[in-house]
Amino acid sequence: MTIEARTPFTSLTSTYVLLPVDNVDTDQIIPARFLKVTDKHGLGASVFADWRLRADGTPDPDFPLNRPDAAGAEILVAGANFGCGSSREHAPWALVGWGLRAIVAPSFADIFKQNAMKNGLLPVAVDAVVHARVVAARRTDSRARLTVDLPAQTLSLDGKPIAQFGIDPFAKQCLVHGVDELGYLLDRVGDIDRYEASHA
Amino acid sequence: MTEPKTLFDKVWGAHVVREEASAPTVLYVDLHLVHEVTSPQAFDGLRSRGLRVRRPDRTFATMDHSTPTLPRKLAVVDPQAQAQLAKLQANCAEFGICLYDLESADQGIVHVIGPELGLTQPGRTIVCGDSHTSTHGAFGALAFGIGTSEVEHVLAAQCLLQSKPKTLEVRVDGSLPPGVGAKDVILALIAKIGTGGATGHVIEYRGSAIEALDMEARMTICNMSIEAGARAGMIAPDEATFAWLDGRRFAPKGDAWRIAVDCWRTLRSDEGAKFDAAVTLDATALAPMITYGTNPAMAIPVTGRVPALDSMGNASDRAALAKALEYMGLVPGAAIAGQRIDVVFIGSCTNSRLGDLRAAAAMMRHRKVAAGVRVLVVPGSKAIKHQAEAEGLDVVFRDAGAEWREAGCSMCIAMNGDQLSPGQYAVSTSNRNFEGRQGRGGRTLLASPLTAAAAAVTGWVVDPRTLLARSGGSR
Repeated sequence: MTIEARTPFTSLTSTYVLLPVDNVDTDQIIPARFLKVTDKHGLGASVFADWRLRADGTPDPDFPLNRPDAAGAEILVAGANFGCGSSREHAPWALVGWGLRAIVAPSFADIFKQNAMKNGLLPVAVDAVVHARVVAARRTDSRARLTVDLPAQTLSLDGKPIAQFGIDPFAKQCLVHGVDELGYLLDRVGDIDRYEASHA
Repeated sequence: MTEPKTLFDKVWGAHVVREEASAPTVLYVDLHLVHEVTSPQAFDGLRSRGLRVRRPDRTFATMDHSTPTLPRKLAVVDPQAQAQLAKLQANCAEFGICLYDLESADQGIVHVIGPELGLTQPGRTIVCGDSHTSTHGAFGALAFGIGTSEVEHVLAAQCLLQSKPKTLEVRVDGSLPPGVGAKDVILALIAKIGTGGATGHVIEYRGSAIEALDMEARMTICNMSIEAGARAGMIAPDEATFAWLDGRRFAPKGDAWRIAVDCWRTLRSDEGAKFDAAVTLDATALAPMITYGTNPAMAIPVTGRVPALDSMGNASDRAALAKALEYMGLVPGAAIAGQRIDVVFIGSCTNSRLGDLRAAAAMMRHRKVAAGVRVLVVPGSKAIKHQAEAEGLDVVFRDAGAEWREAGCSMCIAMNGDQLSPGQYAVSTSNRNFEGRQGRGGRTLLASPLTAAAAAVTGWVVDPRTLLARSGGSR
């Protein structure tokens, strides 16, 4: 079985957007009415739809992603337990579709974290002190930049390392080398055959 | 002497296909449940790689999320939902998967029909592209929600790459007071530990209050494990479990049944088994619960008051509460009882089973829905709908002025046209009170079927125990 390569994730430097709200659920990231699609594409236009867009469909200029200084930012700094609730993978599809490649938050919900990593969206968990520093820096200077170095597992603010972050070693390997998990799993088909034969 | 094991350890251990030091476990999946919303992209993935479904015999599909709950022949489904349903039909035909479609007598909410058909069995690993897959843990299965990429993995390999979660023991001892049921237990637990309180853990619910629950009530508890952030929730199978499963379509029969039950009896945490964390709840101290905010941890006894802003310990919690109450249009410090409501929704994979409907009907019998209130009663499956109709529950609901609908997820997720209007208040037996969950701008108060039915007949939030004198049941 050949392993289908994905785009590797190594290092990312970008300005960032603040949404430091705890318990942002996946219904906010992509409301259920947008889940009637049958493909993964185009969901970026509906990311945070009920927060980003007014009832008449026009952008709310106060929502962080809509502000002029958010243009081009590839990193979102969010609150604790980001991505809780529904298992919809449409949430990372929408975030990636908008142009985001990493989320920095104090913690993440389990299913969201798994879904994100499978789509090249890196969840970076940081402690409260680092989180506060990143938030404060952005409030002072909208041009502040974060660097997420996945191989080194470091987060830097304007070029200065401020934290090490943890990540499951296998997930890291998959992201850094663009390993396709299904290909990896199908390479173990002999083990699966043996398991099924002994549990028939 | 072997190390004492938890129920979770036993089920996990029996499904390990391969373990490697530097990679997650390859875990075998016994049963894969599929629905229309989270599967189309997974089937496309299979096609693009030229793969087949490895075990169509272990894969079952139904239509529930974007399905109409009005009489099906008359229902107008929007073209996008119609296309999604057609895609599931085509995918199941192409890959040889059993589909309980809208015409099937077995159609219903995926987490309702799995147990109903006897597909859900103790000791099984069960996954579905839906976070409420935790429901099936009520039977001592290890059941959890997955994303669409993982749906594709299971379709192709019947396995998942999984890191072993930690375990959390939730012990609930004592007798539940009258009018207090499973929904109140789980809301009280989530209020206590928070929406992220069980992140990274599989919960095992134990204790005398759990053992005393019937299977439907156990499903309600396990269902909302995800609302505490848990990977899964489990309850050790016992005589109630076996009695419930006996004779169901896919349950083992004859000698195979007896062998299975003997095996299932070993599925309990050993004396002295260690959990990574533990929480206790005193069942005797619980009251009917209701949510006031925009996540399921924002719950209080129905006799209680919305928290005051200064009751929050830190600025971020204060800000979160203020934001939630602004959305909900509720006043900090005010009593929740007496809050007027517009809609009552009785349904969802949390509370749409026969016992839930009986509890609601007992409250609504010989009563009328309050003026100006809309009440939707949506059974979890066609089978439940027929059973309820055989008991005359539909007549009770209709006579009271409620709408009696076809089976589906309906207003829990508001994908099918059943939804709130902006600003409306709903008491809902579903599982999520997130902003806009039941329709943009809608305001959801989660509660038990009994509390929801009490709100339906009064038009406001009320302690159902004050209305119980003339009716029975607690759930």
